[in-house]
Amino acid sequence: MKTDVERISGDAGSCCRRDFLATTLAGLTLASCNQLIGKEDVSPINYSAFPIWDSHCHLSSIFGNSPEEKMTHFLKIADVTGIEHVVIYMGWPFVLDPTPEILKKQNDQVLRAMKVNPDRISAYVYVNPNHVDASLNEMDRCFENKGMVGIKLWVASRCDETSLAPIIRKAEKQNAVIFQHTWIKTTGNLKGESTPMQLVELAKKFPEAKFICGHAGGVWELGIRAIRPYSNIFVETAGSSPTAGFVEMAVRELGAERVIFGSDAGGRSFASQISKVLGADISEQDKKMIFKDNYQKLLMMN
Amino acid sequence: MHSIIDVNINLSRYPTRRLPDDEPELLVRKLKSVGVSEAWAGSFDALLHRDIEGVNLRLKKDCERFGQRILIPFGTVNPALPDWKEDFHRCVEKHHFRGIRLFPAYHRYLLNDKRFVELLHLAEDAGAIVQVVMTVEDARTQHPLLSVSKIDSKPLIDIIPGVPNLKLMLLNAFRDTNMNTITKICENKNVSVDIAMLEGVQKIRILLEKVSVNQILFGSYFPFFYIESALLKMKESQLNSDDSKKIFYQNAKNLISE
Ligand SMILES: [Zn+2]
Repeated sequence: MKTDVERISGDAGSCCRRDFLATTLAGLTLASCNQLIGKEDVSPINYSAFPIWDSHCHLSSIFGNSPEEKMTHFLKIADVTGIEHVVIYMGWPFVLDPTPEILKKQNDQVLRAMKVNPDRISAYVYVNPNHVDASLNEMDRCFENKGMVGIKLWVASRCDETSLAPIIRKAEKQNAVIFQHTWIKTTGNLKGESTPMQLVELAKKFPEAKFICGHAGGVWELGIRAIRPYSNIFVETAGSSPTAGFVEMAVRELGAERVIFGSDAGGRSFASQISKVLGADISEQDKKMIFKDNYQKLLMMN
Repeated sequence: MHSIIDVNINLSRYPTRRLPDDEPELLVRKLKSVGVSEAWAGSFDALLHRDIEGVNLRLKKDCERFGQRILIPFGTVNPALPDWKEDFHRCVEKHHFRGIRLFPAYHRYLLNDKRFVELLHLAEDAGAIVQVVMTVEDARTQHPLLSVSKIDSKPLIDIIPGVPNLKLMLLNAFRDTNMNTITKICENKNVSVDIAMLEGVQKIRILLEKVSVNQILFGSYFPFFYIESALLKMKESQLNSDDSKKIFYQNAKNLISE
């Protein structure tokens, strides 16, 4: 484990990131968030009583032609759903195996979108292990921005490939969160699509790095089991059907402190994804942790 | 007081998972707590059991015993079984079910199957509502031993004009059918769709640009899905009160009173 001194003596970027998060926490209260909720209450239940940090958002499938337009629209809907902070990654359109040029273009879209409301928006750098040098350059370039808090690994290459090592090392050095999309599709994964079991292989090699197991592997009963013994892997709730029992099992097997909320909006509705936590048969304290505290703590720790 | 009609719930056990609210007492308590006044219930037993009349009898009994007048049974007919028409007649004449629920993917017939089309005609004549469950579970997460094929909904485009008075409802339609096909199918005003598997930011609002509000129903797919999902979708879409009343209950009410 890192000592406090080691954590703090990281690069300037990570120090700024911590300050940024502390300011954000102080600045946005639940009351200010609730004021933004639509006046016409048409549904008999309410969104979370707790403020939500959404760790998984995209600009694609959102109305608008520019990053600014899309982000402005996105935040308006986030207001309706009680989400006070969003983390965005990848631009549009989605590209499975982006070239260095596309990586740069999409990270630029994200950097522009962040400017819409820097206090409310964090982001991950989109990287591609098939282009290691370009990915490292993108990380150097994007981490200049204090709101860039992690890296996003998608489906270009499986995470148990050795090519990832320099990217992970740099992320670790930058105190950045490592988000890996994972699925265990009954219908078969894409060639470069990782499973939680493959993420475990990566996480074993970097025990000090913090990994997020995106989508919990889709088949969450398997994903949760796969990562269970590895405390440096957090499970994330986004981007699958709101099947009842998911969050209950995650809390039972991993402890609420290892569960992080994400939506995968705009491809998913905020509603279906929030329901996984809001509707789960777990304590209010656990819900509060999953909606915000765990993720915030993870970013501050990093 | 809100009065929600949820057209898409199921009793009994999902084949590969216990669900937090799959005991009928818990299920009814939860429905009441969120303001559901009526829930149209099928049975998960219908997915795999061959004794469909047995499934339907249990469903009817459970709705009477635990339902507190909230649970309304929708029996199943499997047109791939021998003597299936007898099941249909019992559903309508003996059990007085308001409608029937079909699971083509699990019962392994296509929507251009003659028996399916014949069943639609029978239902039209009897004035029974037909609910077709277009997707039971995301194909990517299905248990490998229950990895059923996706249902192609396109044949409906040609079939539905032949049954203009049929009250047809497509449940969980949005997972495997694209918006263009849904729009085409919904040009027939006797078809409605529920929101259980509709995904995307403010998607009900967006759906309203393509499909008349009169054809959209509140369905949650509870207890397989957290019921909060469908409820919060209504909120996220910031509908006006007329539209939300229609979706929450008025459209479903109209189908019963017609
Ligand atoms: Zn995503």
